[in-house]
Amino acid sequence: MKVSVQEVENIAELAHLSLTAEETKQYAEQLSVILEYISMLNEVDTEGVEETCQVTGLMNVTREDEVAACDPEMREKLIAAFPDKVGNLLKVRGVFQTY
Amino acid sequence: MKLNELTIQQAYDGLKAGDFTSVALTQACLDRIQKRNKTLNAFISVCGESALREAKEADAMIAAGKQQPLTGIPFAVKDAICTKDVRSTGAGKILDTYVPPFDATVVARIRAQGAVLIGKNNCDTFGHGASNENSMYGPVSNPHDETKVAGGSSGGSAAAVADHQCLFSIAEDTGGSIRFPAALCGIVGLRPSYGRNSRYGIMPMASSLDTVGPMAKTVGDIALLAEIMAGQDPKDLTTVPDSVPAYRDKLKMDVSDLTVGVPKEYFEVDAMDAETKAMVESKIAALEDAGATIVPVSLPHTKYAIPTYYIIVPSEDSSNMGRLDGMRYGVQEQGNSLKEVYANSREHGFPAEVKRRIMIGTYALSSGYYDAYYRKAQKVRTLIMQDFQKVFAEVDVLITPTAPYPAWDIGEKVHDPLAMYLADMLVGPAALAGIPGLSVPVGTTKAGLPIGLQIMAPRLAEMQLFQVGHAIESLQ
Repeated sequence: MKVSVQEVENIAELAHLSLTAEETKQYAEQLSVILEYISMLNEVDTEGVEETCQVTGLMNVTREDEVAACDPEMREKLIAAFPDKVGNLLKVRGVFQTY
Repeated sequence: MKLNELTIQQAYDGLKAGDFTSVALTQACLDRIQKRNKTLNAFISVCGESALREAKEADAMIAAGKQQPLTGIPFAVKDAICTKDVRSTGAGKILDTYVPPFDATVVARIRAQGAVLIGKNNCDTFGHGASNENSMYGPVSNPHDETKVAGGSSGGSAAAVADHQCLFSIAEDTGGSIRFPAALCGIVGLRPSYGRNSRYGIMPMASSLDTVGPMAKTVGDIALLAEIMAGQDPKDLTTVPDSVPAYRDKLKMDVSDLTVGVPKEYFEVDAMDAETKAMVESKIAALEDAGATIVPVSLPHTKYAIPTYYIIVPSEDSSNMGRLDGMRYGVQEQGNSLKEVYANSREHGFPAEVKRRIMIGTYALSSGYYDAYYRKAQKVRTLIMQDFQKVFAEVDVLITPTAPYPAWDIGEKVHDPLAMYLADMLVGPAALAGIPGLSVPVGTTKAGLPIGLQIMAPRLAEMQLFQVGHAIESLQ
């Protein structure tokens, strides 16, 4: 399994990572080695085997969808942790515009 | 014996008898950290001032006759676990400034007894690694030989406990991150059954495997901590409702009632160190001499655990790491667009290994590859679980080495990610199966490096781990 530099660039974009040219080249090589190793799983016969998504056996654990009050001190600290804000609101860049 | 070298049980007894105060005990740990942190780098943050304040409060509790098992005991927490008002970076620069306004549930349970939080342990960034060399705050050194790795990802926790900088540490184990460094540093570490402990407040990595557990000096101390940490939590809906046994009350067992399975695949791996193998085999022989029945067993899918792990973990990981984008908390880098802000924050905030895993996971989950990778790995995971179910029909526990070899030189494997992944070959299978595992120190190599023995038991059968671990401790 050979991963090309272009594939690495595509994946990096999907994953919101900006890689340097050096990193891109290195990841192409390392990912190829890792995927080659992982392909060992192809020798396992999994015909008719169920997938394991979780191991607890718990099913449909739910709770009431109730509005809970936020402790004022907690609220203050959460807002203080915002990297950028306007008043008590979190400020982020627009999704559909650049400015 | 110095105060910081005591076990939890010994410290409890001393505090109760009034032989020393929690302030003195806490100061002894702080002094040790001060002396050793430049060399070992086991702590990212030390909270000396608040620790001494908490110790003073604990002394007042004890004086008022309100002592609980952990009152006044100084402990540390892996930095990938949230602690109220104490910086929690997860060893990632993207969270360099992050101070959580809440405690993880397991930390809250421990602090509710009046335990003293002394600081936050270094680790591989967000748990990504087996050597603790992937930390953005520098590698952790092994207290037994400073040129060697401490193991990972909870290397700071293991080194801090082994070096007596705290009496215990709370860490997490996704694929071996507690058991592996415990083995390399010569302490006891528990990966509990998946679902036994709440992960609320734990920085997530692979949600279908993540667990949180204790690291300490004796099996008795681990049993105590396991009892306090376990139980259902409405904030983590994967926690199971099963009642928590009083582990510490039943540590002594009759070894002649015990059937131990020895899976050959774990002793036959290419990389197996001869001294490690011989040491673990000698302990199995000693259990047999004490009356236990030893049964050779086979777990045929063992060699597929690491490839399975390195599909499932990066896949879930790439999704969990998506929330770290510098938007709501942590460090935000500048950029000309939203996309650039994300990319720049993540580029500067993540080390190479985190990016590598995000890349593998994004690739495995991307259109056209999902069936070939993630779905296939989930099926092999079922086969690995079935291997365990079959052998546990005939044996109580399994005994293996924890790590195939002792601690290696810092820098030796950093340029070969696959070699690093393979270090987890003996601890990965239990993680995929969701069963508990305990690593117990059983001696050292001729060069003086610790060797760990791993005990595995069926889901929620932690009691058996502690009994067998205690029996092995007693053999020594």
